[in-house]
Amino acid sequence: MAADPKQQATDERLAALTLPEGGGWLGAARKDALGRLQAVRLPGRRDEYWRYTNPTPLVQTAPALDVPDQVEDPFAGLDTLVVTIDGDDISVPDTVPDGLEIGTLRNAAGADIHWAKDVYGRREAAGSRPVSRPLAMLNSAFATNGLVIRATGQVTQPIHIRTTGGTDPILHHVVKVESGASVTLLESGVAGARSNIVTEIEVADTGTFHHIRVDGPVRARHVNTHLFARLGTESTFKSFTLSAHGALTRNEAVIELTGDDAVSHIAGAAFGQGDFHHDDTVFVTHDAENCESRQVYKKVLRDGAVGVFQGKILVKEGAQKTDGYQISQSLLLDDDSVFLAKPELEIYADDVACSHGSTTGAIDETALFYLRSRGVPERDATNLLVLSFLAEAVEEIEDEGLRAHVSERLADWLSRD
Amino acid sequence: MTVLDEMRVKEGVDAETVERVKSLSGTYKHGWNTEIETDYAPKGLSEDIVRLISEKNEEPEWMLDWRLEGYRRWVGMKEPKWAMVQYPEIDFQDQYYYARPSSMLEKPKSLDDVDPKLLETYKKLGIPLKEQAILAGVEPAPGEENRKVAVDAVFDSVSVGTTFQKELAKAGVIFCSISEAVREHPELVKKYLGSVVPQSDNYYATLNSAVFSDGSFVYIPKGVRCPMELSTYFRINAENTGQFERTLIIAEEESYVSYLEGCTAPQRDVAQLHAAVVEIVVLDDAEVKYSTVQNWYPGDENGRGGIYNFVTKRADCRGDRSKVMWTQVETGSAVTWKYPSCILRGDESQGEFYSIAIANNFQQADTGTKMIHLGKNTRSRIVSKGISAGKAQNTYRGLVSMHPKAKNSRNYTQCDSLLIGSECGAHTVPYIEVRNNSSRVEHEATTSKVDDDQMFYCRSRGMDEEEAVALVVNGFCKEVLQALPMEFAMEAQQLVAISLEGSVG
Repeated sequence: MAADPKQQATDERLAALTLPEGGGWLGAARKDALGRLQAVRLPGRRDEYWRYTNPTPLVQTAPALDVPDQVEDPFAGLDTLVVTIDGDDISVPDTVPDGLEIGTLRNAAGADIHWAKDVYGRREAAGSRPVSRPLAMLNSAFATNGLVIRATGQVTQPIHIRTTGGTDPILHHVVKVESGASVTLLESGVAGARSNIVTEIEVADTGTFHHIRVDGPVRARHVNTHLFARLGTESTFKSFTLSAHGALTRNEAVIELTGDDAVSHIAGAAFGQGDFHHDDTVFVTHDAENCESRQVYKKVLRDGAVGVFQGKILVKEGAQKTDGYQISQSLLLDDDSVFLAKPELEIYADDVACSHGSTTGAIDETALFYLRSRGVPERDATNLLVLSFLAEAVEEIEDEGLRAHVSERLADWLSRD
Repeated sequence: MTVLDEMRVKEGVDAETVERVKSLSGTYKHGWNTEIETDYAPKGLSEDIVRLISEKNEEPEWMLDWRLEGYRRWVGMKEPKWAMVQYPEIDFQDQYYYARPSSMLEKPKSLDDVDPKLLETYKKLGIPLKEQAILAGVEPAPGEENRKVAVDAVFDSVSVGTTFQKELAKAGVIFCSISEAVREHPELVKKYLGSVVPQSDNYYATLNSAVFSDGSFVYIPKGVRCPMELSTYFRINAENTGQFERTLIIAEEESYVSYLEGCTAPQRDVAQLHAAVVEIVVLDDAEVKYSTVQNWYPGDENGRGGIYNFVTKRADCRGDRSKVMWTQVETGSAVTWKYPSCILRGDESQGEFYSIAIANNFQQADTGTKMIHLGKNTRSRIVSKGISAGKAQNTYRGLVSMHPKAKNSRNYTQCDSLLIGSECGAHTVPYIEVRNNSSRVEHEATTSKVDDDQMFYCRSRGMDEEEAVALVVNGFCKEVLQALPMEFAMEAQQLVAISLEGSVG
């Protein structure tokens, strides 16, 4: 019998990696993740969860692309606390605002007792049920560094994680927002030709976490990210991602609402062309009463680009008064582009209001004609309509200043295409 | 009760649906059993059994070879596990694959020769096997002639009789059992059988290819509008016996037919298997309407017994401007696994799917449709209403696929779920694949509970809670019920109410 291709790919990848040294709580978490990975193996083309995205570039031993050039800072001009990650070297600012602790995973690993111990690998493991997420397991086992961020008070200055350099980094961030605390996390930059980034987030009761990620216009990059979040009572989680180009992006988000009255909004706006393949895979679990969740995803695709959306709302038994909403839409700018979607609902409670919608189509010819008849050149007219299409996702950014800033970047990058 | 009595009771059903439902004693009214002598093939499945079935049907060599190929492929296949249904492992060797009433040993020459017990069975089910009678529940409007419906009645593994064959033949329509078609019209069967659902399409379709025992065959010639509605009524009576029927419908250019399908089974403690295949071929400008009221025994309120219903139904719109409409009311079966699909190959062809799936007690339904758009300017519409009550699980699973060449095509999908009670589940698993930009695909789904305001309105007008739920649910299903032919719409409305009986409180 021929060797199982998944087993073979897993063996090859594991042989090419070395488990970072050190025992302690992190060592134990790494071993646990490795064990789980070996049991499920890395994803293959025939896995149901990868039916629309070929995982090979993310699984194979070495990145298939060269390291791309660095892009401009999309958050330039804003008052942020910048943390730079160069490959896996992290420089943490000396002074941080009150109510905030920032450290590196490497340093945290040395501590006998560390709060991150209760989060690292735990949220990821929980998020692998019922659907396994082997690339996140790989990350938990082999991450060479990452940030450990803890908010104990209302932090107004956003933290900006700026990645540069590296070739094939595996980074793992851990965030804890304590009861009543709030923090905003911004992410930008290019982390190598291929990156595997996991962020585990624990939001305690009444805590607030905002997240904005901007993947700027770099065409040749392979990105794989996972967000794992657990939300306590009356807590808030809001995450938005803007993706401009990139050869392959798979962004997974796994959100668990475990306390009553929690709110989770997750959104994404993406545009790209040619070999652009953008996959948003989202799994939201309602395990408490009276919670609200929203998923808003918009993609604009051109010249054979492929957009994928796999979104799920799971409402567990007893999660009454759930309000779940999900929308996935794509705009196909030409006949070669493709949109593939699997928007799922799985509901075990009766007093809920859940809905999902998905639409795909071409640009509105009437609107285009209107703009053209008023003297707007075709390119500009198209861009205007693209912007208005993506706006619904961008509007999910709560902070007005940040929202305006991201909108400007988006318009600028579109006009440069 | 005579057929006439039945008709009177069903008159004015719209206003009296709820009343009628209350008057029905049991929750499953077709659970009785016909005491009749039955010949079985030996238990289990093997090449010998396949040969035996073929021999009993007096089939030619090519048909046996086709079956055997199906069997050999099936042996190498694995049962699919992806559906959201759970049931104990099926022992395929612990079943009978062929059961025939002994009186059917010699095929009756006319309906008059059919065993009165069998005729009585169908009469009791409201299915008249006499040509002068009409389907129960329908009375002609004053001054209008009786509406005729031709019936092919399948009892366990054999077709008991087909009505109105002569009258249909005058119009050129062939309506007979599939076993008869294999003998009488081999050129048509050879050409089309397996051309829509290939022999090894999926596990259950492959099993069916090997052991199908009877089913209906319909051929509508070019330009013919079938003069009456055709229907097949499937009854499983024997214990531990699977029913594997195969239906083949061919609509030649510019033809039209409306086909109805009904099914029931006695109440038994042991689950029974039903794995059917329906293939429909639609050529240029032809139209086929296929309506099903699936009311197999659903098992008792503790989840014991019931039918495992694993069905493959597919229509191939081969011709330009061809049209298919699937309408289904799924209230029965312990487990349902069924996805009536449309391949929209011809330019401007159209596919429609209207479904109500009701799952109560321990029922599990995983059902939906596939719309495969291959031709230009093709259209499809999906309206699915799922209702879960008790401890039941109800899943809509569907695929809408726009291929690169299916320019300017449209799809609209709406799937709504209603939950009654806190221990049931309602799930939606749509797949949407769009590979060109001139097509438009829209998908909407909602899940909710029975609306409090509507309930309050009904209750304040003196309805008890069960009646009010039945009324609200009927309203929820209206779009689908309206798509059904009249004969079925009435039965379906009542079924919706019966299936939910006892789910409140």
